[in-house]
Amino acid sequence: MAGGLTYTSVDSTELSTSEKYGEALVELGKNHPDVVALTADLAKSTKMVEFMKQFPERFFNVGIAEQNMFGIAAGMAKAGLTPFVSTFAQFASFRVADQLHSDICYQNVNVKVIATHAGTSFGQAGSTHHAICDVALVRSIPNLTVVVPADGHETYKAVMAAYENPGPYYIRMNRGFDRVLYKDTNYDFEIGKAIQLRDGSDLTIIACGSCVFQALEAANFLEESEGLKIRVLDMHTIKPIDREAIIKAVSDTRRLITVEDHSVVGGLGSAVSEVVVDTGKACAFKMLGVPDEFAPIGLHEDIMSILKIDANGIIEGVKEVMGKDFEEDDDWDDEV
Amino acid sequence: MPLTKQEWLSLEKKVYELRKLTLDTVHWAGSGHIGGGMSVLDMLTIIYHKYANIKLEDPEWADRDRVIVSKGHAGIAYAPVLVDLGWNDKEQLKTFNHTNSKMGIHLDSNKVEGVDFSTGSLGHGLSMAAGSGLAARVQGKNFKTFCILGDGECHEGSNWEAAMSIAHYNISSVISFVDRNGCMIDGKTEDIMKLEPFVDKWKAFGFEVKDIDGNNFKELAEAIDYAYDHPEKPVMIVANTKKAEGIGFMEGDYVWHYGAVDENNFNKCHKALDEHYKKRVARAEKEGA
Repeated sequence: MAGGLTYTSVDSTELSTSEKYGEALVELGKNHPDVVALTADLAKSTKMVEFMKQFPERFFNVGIAEQNMFGIAAGMAKAGLTPFVSTFAQFASFRVADQLHSDICYQNVNVKVIATHAGTSFGQAGSTHHAICDVALVRSIPNLTVVVPADGHETYKAVMAAYENPGPYYIRMNRGFDRVLYKDTNYDFEIGKAIQLRDGSDLTIIACGSCVFQALEAANFLEESEGLKIRVLDMHTIKPIDREAIIKAVSDTRRLITVEDHSVVGGLGSAVSEVVVDTGKACAFKMLGVPDEFAPIGLHEDIMSILKIDANGIIEGVKEVMGKDFEEDDDWDDEV
Repeated sequence: MPLTKQEWLSLEKKVYELRKLTLDTVHWAGSGHIGGGMSVLDMLTIIYHKYANIKLEDPEWADRDRVIVSKGHAGIAYAPVLVDLGWNDKEQLKTFNHTNSKMGIHLDSNKVEGVDFSTGSLGHGLSMAAGSGLAARVQGKNFKTFCILGDGECHEGSNWEAAMSIAHYNISSVISFVDRNGCMIDGKTEDIMKLEPFVDKWKAFGFEVKDIDGNNFKELAEAIDYAYDHPEKPVMIVANTKKAEGIGFMEGDYVWHYGAVDENNFNKCHKALDEHYKKRVARAEKEGA
């Protein structure tokens, strides 16, 4: 586990999430001859073109054959290379589930999966290209670290951290038109440690990916309009999840909302709820995400609005949870 | 290097011992994949005892040749080969398939010394072989990767993705085999889902194909030598074998894909292997040079 890794990237302000991945990959390629990059006919879409230009002998476009790509990556990692494999999240999880499970995670090899166009971010492409169940699948595989960065800057940091930490990684990012949350990369980022973006005592919003920006907007608005004090956590690492931050949120605020661009079955919300249940402590809890159905076609921001995982949807969710009554208990420590 | 008569005889002795040890392992385990284990043993034996560049004192030597047994259910034959090399305590074979053993049907590369790749789910090995070969190229190394597929396994489409990429990148450091024993769990490959024209399929995917008797060391050696001498094109060795090679009453019968060796047939199997060894020695004496 990396401890408070800090990376600096230049010219990053306006780059999209996947462009930041491309930039990080080139940076790694320059400094580490073991870094190789693979894609399955999505070099342009996954922003690997610069790496391809600079390191053609370490770049492999295997055609539209994702299972083969994951097997090849495992074979390369066994020989000591550090492969970054990039394709759309739906294919980087479901299409290759068995290769990811057996070749990469069971063998515990150093393959970094970069899953782009995650959630409903490739909205117009429809449900074959929405990845709304991928986190549920991949977070159940042993040895795999699962990261969902909030924006381009955090993606850069996650990619760098993935290189520094041996073992399989699944980094899930959007199509690349995310709102920029962090001003730059000058902040501490540690795998498995949530980032508290603002503190509060009334409720905690735990979000990942593009929903973090929306959560922060909602929290700021609710403080101005309703005087609510809301804590916001950027839970960029879904596995291993930051148990300490979740337990502290339950203890301090006793009201939790999770927000994700993913099914409410098996994703961030489920991961957080597993920790909450394990504490044995009561709290009001609501999961925002894609309900247990396929998402509509459309622009990502419209879909987020329809699914109520944008700022307005989160505000609505907060109001609902604030209205929930549950047994107050002054003596918190006596609970099991 | 062509196989000398002396080498041939010595390989026959080795594979005889390994067939015996495999039989014992099936017996200790209670049951096992005896059919596909026996059919693939000549390939494993010649790879490890004539060709593979390995260091017995260091099974993880970075520049070693790699072996991928993509038909991972042959673990019951592969484990004896690795134990015989001095890797892993021989006593472990007596625990094969037992609760908490390091060795189960499909060998785990993180638990069994000398297993380069964990396999078991079919259709994965050839892609990993491609990756291993490409890694050697990126690293400027010369190691080879031997990959053995089962024939039933070739129903899995992912093999053909891998085949395309091995030909496309001309990864001729990968030397591929199919253990063409013609059988799978539910019957004959050609009855379940036709593979023929099998050799033509591999040719069409860009391989130089050697269609040989996979239970004959001379033919195996000629095919592997050809692959060493011709890096201009990847080689696929279609090794036509008999299921359960060496145990006459089981040979060629798909019902012995997985079977039990109990007290009743244990001695019968050992006798069959003794007879088989005599025949194989006679063949080597006659055809060897």
